[in-house]
Amino acid sequence: MATDAPPPSKTEHRLPSTEEFVAVQEGAEFGELRSSHRSFAFPLTVAFIAWYLVYVLLSNYAGGFMGTKLFGNVNVALVLGLAQFLSTFLIAWWYARHAAAKLDPKAEAIKSRMEGGA
Amino acid sequence: MNHAVILAAGEASKHRPLIITLFAVFVVATLVITIWAGRQTKDAADFYAGGRQFTAFQNGLAVSGDYMSAASFLGIAGAIALFGYDGFLYSIGFLVAWLVALLLVAEPLRNSGRYTMGDVLAYRMRQRPVRTAAGTSTIVVSIFYLLAQMAGAGVLVSLLLGITSDGGKIGIVALVGVLMIVYVTIGGMKGTTWVQMVKAVLLIAGALLLTFLVLLKFNFNISDLLGKAADNSGKGSAFLEPGLKYGATGTTKLDFISLGIALVLGTAGLPHILIRFYTVPTAKAARKSVNWAIGLIGAFYLMTLSLGFGAAALIKPDEIIASNKAGNTAAPLLALHLGGTDSSWGAILLASISAVAFATILAVVAGLTLASSSSFAHDIYANVIKKGQAGEKQEMRAARWATVGIGAVSIVLGALARDLNVAGLVALAFAVAASANLPTILYSLFWKRFTTAGALWSIYGGLVTAVGLVLFSPVVSGKPTSMFPDVDFHWFPLENPGIISIPVGFLLGWLGTLLSKEQPDPGKYAELEVRSLTGTGAH
Repeated sequence: MATDAPPPSKTEHRLPSTEEFVAVQEGAEFGELRSSHRSFAFPLTVAFIAWYLVYVLLSNYAGGFMGTKLFGNVNVALVLGLAQFLSTFLIAWWYARHAAAKLDPKAEAIKSRMEGGA
Repeated sequence: MNHAVILAAGEASKHRPLIITLFAVFVVATLVITIWAGRQTKDAADFYAGGRQFTAFQNGLAVSGDYMSAASFLGIAGAIALFGYDGFLYSIGFLVAWLVALLLVAEPLRNSGRYTMGDVLAYRMRQRPVRTAAGTSTIVVSIFYLLAQMAGAGVLVSLLLGITSDGGKIGIVALVGVLMIVYVTIGGMKGTTWVQMVKAVLLIAGALLLTFLVLLKFNFNISDLLGKAADNSGKGSAFLEPGLKYGATGTTKLDFISLGIALVLGTAGLPHILIRFYTVPTAKAARKSVNWAIGLIGAFYLMTLSLGFGAAALIKPDEIIASNKAGNTAAPLLALHLGGTDSSWGAILLASISAVAFATILAVVAGLTLASSSSFAHDIYANVIKKGQAGEKQEMRAARWATVGIGAVSIVLGALARDLNVAGLVALAFAVAASANLPTILYSLFWKRFTTAGALWSIYGGLVTAVGLVLFSPVVSGKPTSMFPDVDFHWFPLENPGIISIPVGFLLGWLGTLLSKEQPDPGKYAELEVRSLTGTGAH
């Protein structure tokens, strides 16, 4: 794993040339990194925004349903609001896990190779 | 005698010395931190980015501190106390919004920029026009936000201290302005970050204490709390359902959709939030700081929920309205009630919560001032006026002078606006950020074809549309709650422009790119894309 390398030193890293960046960008390894970021982040962004909008629309136009009491004075509206909190926490945790497992190792490998100037 | 009236009418003499003492303790402590941080501030990376040495947790605290303004603490608690569920509904957009920052913006920004939002927007574009645009929208967004905070500070602190004279209110706005100038010019990002951290800890501790006391009163039975709040509000079960604030008419419903979209998409375009990601050493730390912020901010809004319903359950709505029409003093009043209105505990609790509110305002205005002066010095002065030829010392000097200038402007505007209803400006700042900044950030990072023309169309188009629509909305004229209630030149029915101006911002970025003859620079995009995802060459 990339983290076995010594910690980055304080000295200035060599900044690769534009040609090197283009070569890396077109390479398969970077392609995988990009697609594992995009295929995770893009659909999830669409999903949580849609879920938030559904909640807003229900609050606006489905007052009767939202006011349904579930237990005691706790109604559907409160539970759905709290569900927004829960889904936000879960997505944050899920992304952190995905990034640590799928993105960080690839990113670190590319970075250390480019800065090392191999 | 009725304590709400005491609080409103300026007979707070028995609480005033204690409140002032606590204010003073906070001010002195933060000034000591600022001077200490100032001594450690040697180069531009220290001034703009706090030396990039903060840990993810520290920055997470500071991000929360920057984000949880007096508008969230007092405004949301007050909105829940008066309108019940709709206040809670309002708070949710502010939290969900963080996922945009987490998934799409924080890490690439940290990897590819140095000090400002403009660094990323201008990366592969022609520097001068794009930096000018980025600087303009940064300053507009920050000034709107700042103005709302400053005017709010005048009203709030006057209320808490029982100051009613015009001179007193102006004095408070000036005091807040001078303090924020001192924090930023001396302490830079390092000092400001520590002030944010102290404030966040105080705010969370205060909210935690009040939440505990509220729940204790109801034996930790949430259903009882809700029931009592609904009864006491006089609105019955409607108080626990959506609709009391945003559901009045078809227009207010549409307005809430517009507001919700602006909140969710605006956060990741707020310059004072974006520059916080530069204070940590790596993109991974930036990600972790967003996660800390999501946890802290989420927990805070959940506590606000019980504070709001607690205030509704324990205090008569008339009392809350008598003290402040918008309900902004509901949380301090709740503190007084929980401690006992005639006991010294009540006074101590009231004073503590008031001091927390004051700390909140000071920290947020400092963060906003830093964002706008950084962008002025780094984007406009160093890269546009001096064409990248300014030395580091020169650039830092420009940043300090810009701080003084922006501080002076906001003192004057804040003093002039002290009696205007400017609370809506915070929502406007989110709408402008979502319309002018977010489209360009996303296109720059993820769309290969995007060009300078697209960036300019999107920033200026989003900015002009958002600000223009607000100018002709009921926020400015035509309603008793408007900034200028006596004139009426409004024709746009909604208070929040987001539902129109955000799509316009995205559309113009796309259209400007397609219609310009300019060819994108594939080499530059390769640099930006590889750097933003891997951190290669990150500062």
